[in-house]
Amino acid sequence: MSRELGDGHRRFLQTLMAVGVTDEQEARALYQHCCDTHTMQCIPDKLDEFIEAINSRLQPMFMQIRKGMSEENGRQYYALVNMAETDITRMTSDYADNELELFRKTLDLIVSSENGKASSTDILNSTDTMTSKKLKKSETEHLLTRLVQDNWLCERRGEYTLSTRCIIEMEPYIRTMYQEQVKVCHICHNIAFQCQICENPSCGIKIHNPCVARYFKGRVEPRCPACDDFWPHEIPEVRGLRSQSKR
Amino acid sequence: MTQRKRLSNVQSSSQSKRQSNSFMTQEEDEDATFTQPSTSQVQRGLEKLTAAQVDQKTAEVVQYILVKDQKKIPVRRADLVKHVIKDYRTVYPEIIKRAMLTFEQVFGLKLVEIDSKNHMYVLVNNLDASTARPSPVERPSNPKMGLLFVILSVIFMKGGVVRENLMWNTLKKLRVDPGQRHEEFGDVRKVITDEFVRQRYLEYVRVPHTEPVEYEFRWGQRSDMEVSKAQILEFMGQLLEQDPQSWTQQYREAHSTASSSQASSSNHR
Ligand SMILES: [Zn+2]
Ligand SMILES: [Zn+2]
Repeated sequence: MSRELGDGHRRFLQTLMAVGVTDEQEARALYQHCCDTHTMQCIPDKLDEFIEAINSRLQPMFMQIRKGMSEENGRQYYALVNMAETDITRMTSDYADNELELFRKTLDLIVSSENGKASSTDILNSTDTMTSKKLKKSETEHLLTRLVQDNWLCERRGEYTLSTRCIIEMEPYIRTMYQEQVKVCHICHNIAFQCQICENPSCGIKIHNPCVARYFKGRVEPRCPACDDFWPHEIPEVRGLRSQSKR
Repeated sequence: MTQRKRLSNVQSSSQSKRQSNSFMTQEEDEDATFTQPSTSQVQRGLEKLTAAQVDQKTAEVVQYILVKDQKKIPVRRADLVKHVIKDYRTVYPEIIKRAMLTFEQVFGLKLVEIDSKNHMYVLVNNLDASTARPSPVERPSNPKMGLLFVILSVIFMKGGVVRENLMWNTLKKLRVDPGQRHEEFGDVRKVITDEFVRQRYLEYVRVPHTEPVEYEFRWGQRSDMEVSKAQILEFMGQLLEQDPQSWTQQYREAHSTASSSQASSSNHR
């Protein structure tokens, strides 16, 4: 069902297009702001319905505001997703062909790793097998900086992970491209990169770090929710809502 | 064509400063092959298509224009027809009409023709900005827009047109040297005379009958639509600690209905 939109909806959508991704708290503040600006009624717990109304009108354009969890801090984020091009082709207006090839290689490294990370050394080495124009070391470093700036990758101590926005926008693509390798989180059923893995070889389920924190919170002896084996990993703390924002 | 390729094209097509000139001629030729279909042609064309086909094409047009707009590149009708409309030429007016309606109803944007000769379009904000308070969620501010604001201010205060030399000297005083690589802007001269010009924020044209050749700057069409002159005057007033009303001519222009109504409805995007 498509609904009539007000200027509040339109302002919300414009802001989301400009910033690319917002966390839930920002989205709530923005919802309030848009309602106030255009004297619309703002019902505090109706953010998802507000977004649903926008989505009903975006659907014919093959676009959608989609919600996803940050693997870093477990918080919910909203991003505007282009359903017609959920793959790398949507990046072609910003990146050259050989740059996209390296991004694909980085994606390969991250998906096939156990912890959802790729080191800068491994990424630099992967330029050796490029089929398009090979990127020099300095060009690769510059490209990685741009991918972080443009919010496709995150970097910490020389290791690269997929940004929340990248996962929300490219999940369908990643699921089709890496059918064999991709695993979903046993708790939230979303695609899982940075996670803990059950060490029972006949089980091997994955759980996101924030989902681990929430699931095992307060349990004395953590056991795998699938095979009941002992869960041998360190259980992270449930992160507070106001921790630093990592998109 | 990706933006990257487009850039390298422009660079290689001409070493001269007026690179966009040779570029434009080629564009016009392409556009000349497209003629607006008549109403009856459109009607007949629509009868041959399903509603789903028309919807699909409209969606493609909307997406194409949104992507261009993110980079502030005006959309040429010729490109739109060539890359997106393709076999739907006969129903072009209907599809554009629907796309415009979608921009207004869903996105709060307005598709405006900024160049009726070359048929170039940009999106401007259609939401009333006069009542808007600062948003809690802001796009990280783009330092280039600060540079642009200064340049537009200089042009406006000098009566609408400024010679190139004067512009460079003014910027040097603000420690932005077009001859040197700038930490944030990179190649300053290129940003100003190429990027801002392509985005239609500035016009950069040769002054006739000058030897050696001289160029001058004016506001581009996008600036006319998106930048409020009243805000520029306000900014100059604060900078020079002067009452904006003391610049009589500029004040009158900034607050004349024609120029201010356009910009106030389009906000800073
Ligand atoms: Zn999970
Ligand atoms: Zn297990």
